[in-house]
Amino acid sequence: MRAPVATAIAIATGLIVLLGYFIQLAVLQNIRAILLGWGVTLAGVATLIGIINLIITHWRRVTAIRNRDLLSALLIVSFLLTITAGLVLGPSDAQFQHVVTSIQVPIEASLMAVLAVSLAYASLRLFQKRKGLVAVVFVTSALLFLLVISGIPASGSENQFMASVLSAINQLPVAGARGILLGIALGSLATGLRILMGTDRPYSG
Amino acid sequence: MISFNTIAGLLVVLIGAAAIFLLAVFDRKQSTSPLRPIAGFQSLRRAIGLAVEDGKRLHVSIGSANILNPNSASALVGLSTLSRIAQLSMISDRPPIATSGEGSLAILSQDTLRDAYRSGNALEQYDPTRARLAGVTPMSYIAGAIPIVHDESITANLLVGSYGGEVALLADAIDQENAFSLAASDSLTAQAAMYATASEPLIGEELFAIPAYLQAGPFYTASLRAQDILRWIVIAAILVGSALKLAAII
Repeated sequence: MRAPVATAIAIATGLIVLLGYFIQLAVLQNIRAILLGWGVTLAGVATLIGIINLIITHWRRVTAIRNRDLLSALLIVSFLLTITAGLVLGPSDAQFQHVVTSIQVPIEASLMAVLAVSLAYASLRLFQKRKGLVAVVFVTSALLFLLVISGIPASGSENQFMASVLSAINQLPVAGARGILLGIALGSLATGLRILMGTDRPYSG
Repeated sequence: MISFNTIAGLLVVLIGAAAIFLLAVFDRKQSTSPLRPIAGFQSLRRAIGLAVEDGKRLHVSIGSANILNPNSASALVGLSTLSRIAQLSMISDRPPIATSGEGSLAILSQDTLRDAYRSGNALEQYDPTRARLAGVTPMSYIAGAIPIVHDESITANLLVGSYGGEVALLADAIDQENAFSLAASDSLTAQAAMYATASEPLIGEELFAIPAYLQAGPFYTASLRAQDILRWIVIAAILVGSALKLAAII
């Protein structure tokens, strides 16, 4: 086995955290809390390292001899301005937050608008891309639920039968979602178990 | 006092662990039944082969799951997929690119790439900037990954991880480049968006089958079969529970 020490530490940590979830033993709970606290700190440091990596990548693109990318320069300048203002004023400063959110929120909102158009266009082109029963069911159910959500069928909900039908239709996505989520939960469990067994190692050690 | 939920949870974990171990040790040749064919994986193998032949690049997107959150399992599958893709494309002129939307995932993807090259005695091919943090929020991640799809001669993309509906923008950008995309996520919203936009979407737990279908090793195949066993146990538990509820016993 490669990197036995790192693997042993990872397995032991995973087992302690897992057992701490199931067994309410004070010692186990304390060790689990400490390990999770370390995890949170490490994740914060990792984000910082990731951002440094991002800046290095864009710096290379700015200084490249061929295919120089000036948008990367814009990213670096924006990053430096943001981090300098954040360090000088503090991240909780009201004016700093106002400036950052005034830029970020409209940009993300405009991306959401583009997303709405992209999805609508993709839905129109769906039958070009996919043939078969599943595509028909997908589009039919999407149209049906758009109709149900619009509230038009509910306008006749004084009718007891119609109300029952609408209620049954509204339960369908819940049932489907639960089925998919159960499968995902089992897959997550199997992935976690592979890591606990040391056979799947997303770290080299 | 240990609750019923605790005992049931521990039982599922123990049965799962035992099933994975026993199936990996005693069924290495997959004598019980071969994996069912999934069209997406056949297309993926073809896309990987074409990318290597044409000297084009592969892109593995690992999403923006926080490694400390329960949805990190999808990101771990993404890392296993990245490792296998790096091994499969080691002879290519252009090594694969990995993008992620979370700092710890970026570091783990760098480590995964380095480990894959070291295992293949090709450590000189490893470049840490090939595993990038594209953005730290879901939207900025997508905004950071789209230029990579456009600029890096990528012909095959694997979107494997945790996303929201915004992944449709990335899949749409890939489509505009006439590139292949295999997309899988643990999020229902993302799955719906991917179904409409990706070349080959995977639905539900098919996400967790990717390493097994890429022949990453016997434990991956065994865990896939263990999932099937656990699924039958859950189905039986639901049916028994429903029957008991109907009979007003519980």
